[in-house]
Amino acid sequence: MNGVHDMGGMDGMGPIDARPEAALFHAPWEARVLALTLAAGAQGRWTLDESRFHRESLPATDYLPMPYYGRWFAALTDLLVKQGLISAQELSSGRADPAAPRATPVNAKAMVARLNLGGPAHRPQVRPPRFAVGDKVRARHLNPPGHTRLPRYARGHVGVIARLHGVHVLPDSNAHGRGEDPQPLYQVRFDACELWGDRAQAPSLVHLDLWEPYLEPV
Amino acid sequence: MPHDHDHPHDHTHEGGGGQTLPSDMALRVKALESLLVEKGLVDPAALDAIIETYERRIGPRNGARVVARAWTDPAYLERLRADATSAIAELGYGGRGGEHMVAVENGPGVHNLVVCTLCSCYPWPVLGLPPAWYKSNAYRARAVSDPRGVLAEFGVSLTATTEVRVWDSTSEVRYLVIPERPAGTGGWSEDDLAALVSRDSMVGTALIPEPRSRGRGA
Repeated sequence: MNGVHDMGGMDGMGPIDARPEAALFHAPWEARVLALTLAAGAQGRWTLDESRFHRESLPATDYLPMPYYGRWFAALTDLLVKQGLISAQELSSGRADPAAPRATPVNAKAMVARLNLGGPAHRPQVRPPRFAVGDKVRARHLNPPGHTRLPRYARGHVGVIARLHGVHVLPDSNAHGRGEDPQPLYQVRFDACELWGDRAQAPSLVHLDLWEPYLEPV
Repeated sequence: MPHDHDHPHDHTHEGGGGQTLPSDMALRVKALESLLVEKGLVDPAALDAIIETYERRIGPRNGARVVARAWTDPAYLERLRADATSAIAELGYGGRGGEHMVAVENGPGVHNLVVCTLCSCYPWPVLGLPPAWYKSNAYRARAVSDPRGVLAEFGVSLTATTEVRVWDSTSEVRYLVIPERPAGTGGWSEDDLAALVSRDSMVGTALIPEPRSRGRGA
């Protein structure tokens, strides 16, 4: 989707607050939101891609000024209701419906084991990749209404394949319950002048990781 | 759009936290946590374990060990170049947010800078959770189009001929910058070298000053 989350290259976002910060969380609720998101995600009712899509689907006027973990909280409540893990009634009342079934949570030990294990996104190769290192490619001018990891600033531009990452789950499919549809993933190198024209700062390069369906030969 | 109910608002600026709004978000998050515990969707001990993991066990000291090893052990550096995920796992680091790692090296005339323009992808097992500035709209917007301007805001100025290589983390591949080893550290132990390596230097928004010039306020 052409959402406000896709902000690479935008002007007008103001200065960066580059001060070093000691604490990871500004308030205790932020840490709880992180933990709630990971723990509820361990129920296995949605994928990481689906979770990202819900964050970027927040209304743009809400998304921009929201604190980071505020976005996580909003997307988490959206997902919980959408997946039927809680009802809108329960969310507003704060009380569980006594008639609703009770789930089994992932305990602390299993949760830490999951964090340590991670969830690799690579999959076995089923066909040879279409492109090789050194090939010139164009990022296709795709404008899907759903989730994609092809930023607008790269669309239509020509780069060079710099590295093959193997075959990875395609977020565009996996975010929408259409399966993993694993595709070759490439590191693509773009010259800054190709992306930013006369505002580019040579010498500089921008690299993106792009799936095969995002690319066409030049 | 999955959006179908009210979202939290925060009167502090984006990425900044919520520390001046004690009640609203804290109460909403607490209410959701109580509901999810009551429904058996999350275990409070698992929430504590997640927070404990990222506040105490996983952070930039891990990445600093990787950098120090790469500086002192040429065979390790070769393994890091060939397969960073495995080389990092040799030191015991891996898991969620670090399933697919790539190390990028600074050197004479080359400086690397990592961003995630679409959300806030970051190599958790080696750097911990991302700092506020990394998640800010301003950094996400400008790191790809104005990397030298961004670096200047962090107090980093590069020579005009230095090539800036920006890495936009659009896939599950995560990038770790290996900063240049500062002069004047010949013969230093791996522990002493690791102590020099800052978090920001491994994202690319800081350089590591020569030890004897530290404290002069660069």
